Amino acid sequence: MLPVLFIALSISAILCALGVVVSRNPIHSVLFLILTFFCISGHYILMNAQFLALVNIIVYAGAIMVLFLFVVMLLNLNKATEPHKSDMAKIAASITAGLLLMVMLGVIKGVSLPSFDGMMDSENGYVKNLGRVLFQDYLIPFELSSILFLAAMVGAVLLGKKNIEE
Amino acid sequence: MDSFLIYKAILVLVIFVVSLVIAMYSTILERKFAAWIQDRVGPNRTGPGGVLQPLADGVKMFMKEDIIPAHAHKFLFKAGPMIAMTTALMASVVIPFGKTLLIGGKEYALQVSDLNIGILYVFAMVSIGVYGIMIGGWASNNKFSLLGALRASSQMISYELAMSLSLISVIMASGTLSMSEIAQQQSGWHWNVITQPLSFIIFLICAFAETNRTPFDLPECETELIGGYHTEYSSMGLGLYLFAEYVNMFISSAVMVTLFFGGYNIPYIEKLGLAHNLETILGVLFFFVKTGFFILFFMWVRWTIPRFRFDQLMNLGWKYMIPLALINILVTGGLILIFDYFK
Repeated sequence: MLPVLFIALSISAILCALGVVVSRNPIHSVLFLILTFFCISGHYILMNAQFLALVNIIVYAGAIMVLFLFVVMLLNLNKATEPHKSDMAKIAASITAGLLLMVMLGVIKGVSLPSFDGMMDSENGYVKNLGRVLFQDYLIPFELSSILFLAAMVGAVLLGKKNIEE
Repeated sequence: MDSFLIYKAILVLVIFVVSLVIAMYSTILERKFAAWIQDRVGPNRTGPGGVLQPLADGVKMFMKEDIIPAHAHKFLFKAGPMIAMTTALMASVVIPFGKTLLIGGKEYALQVSDLNIGILYVFAMVSIGVYGIMIGGWASNNKFSLLGALRASSQMISYELAMSLSLISVIMASGTLSMSEIAQQQSGWHWNVITQPLSFIIFLICAFAETNRTPFDLPECETELIGGYHTEYSSMGLGLYLFAEYVNMFISSAVMVTLFFGGYNIPYIEKLGLAHNLETILGVLFFFVKTGFFILFFMWVRWTIPRFRFDQLMNLGWKYMIPLALINILVTGGLILIFDYFK
């Protein structure tokens, strides 16, 4: 059952991810990206990380992608306003992407994947264990990243404010 | 294993049908209630006292011509109402409708799935529900629909924050994210609404905003936007959108009952010494009575309080609800620490 689910989820994740890149309509791209997030959440659930799966849906699929969709809908992008790239730019882009692909292939070839150690039936991803890990083992990195978030939030509010009194 | 699966399948089917029937009869209840408040009679032509009105409405919706406007995105136009309806129904998976039923010596829980993160699952479904409205509004290729959709989604995103923050204090006090455990902890009179009144009030207000009900029904504000995101819909597309609103209302009432009003627990019923199954069935009835009260409350507010303006809505959400919820979390945390200290 699990391998079948895994393969089905992986195939749909890859197809949706391809859809993001291939589709011409930006709205379709965004919708495909949302579907990709759902497939990834499915993978998290297969690894018994329900908390991560649902937070992925709430934060990425539910909030961030809604804002993406907002922006794309309001900009009303279509074929007429699509910028045309010169041939030089296209060739340069293909070469760069190809080089990146080669690097990634090389990295993946060198990696020795750890064998499966029965993680499925453990309670690794439960909220209780996650909380322990976050607030005991990794407390300082956790707090530091929250300060980073706070700084980003204050910055966003400042930038978003139109009339800052001098 | 097989009997377990069959039982779950039956339970899913029963909950599906019950949600739809409750949503269906909420429509006639809403019209009757509005009529009563406005001193009218209300629909009374179909069947005795108008009880067959929802069926007549349903048949009418199905029989109407399904119009797809010119230049609309056909696939997404069709998908919008479906997403809205599906996500509205999906949240009922984690709601514990009652204790356990004893069938042939085995215990069966009256809950489809007892996720250990049930509350988060409800939030996930709520946040996906936005897409039904957004996709429908955009695919209609109509500026009023788009405006309605934008309003709906910005409103839902804003109030989602206050909603989840308001529940954090409940989660802190009960120490679990599982809906069934929270319901269990409230046996007797240990209702969460008594210990967490502020949290409940914030949650209630946000529930009104999330379900797009008056006084927060800006997305379908007729005077400004015709019909909002479902302006271009006809036939069952419109039917599904309107229906999804009632299903959402039922589900959010059920969630409120589970989290704040003791769920299926009848206070002191264990003193009567009833048979296990009878006690469960009474509990389920009690659950639905409380849910019905909240559905009525939704309607009562709709016919009593006028609509907000959009900036008032956003102010209320961001400047009052979220800070209040944050203060509530702080106070709850402090109280928990003090109680632990003196224990």
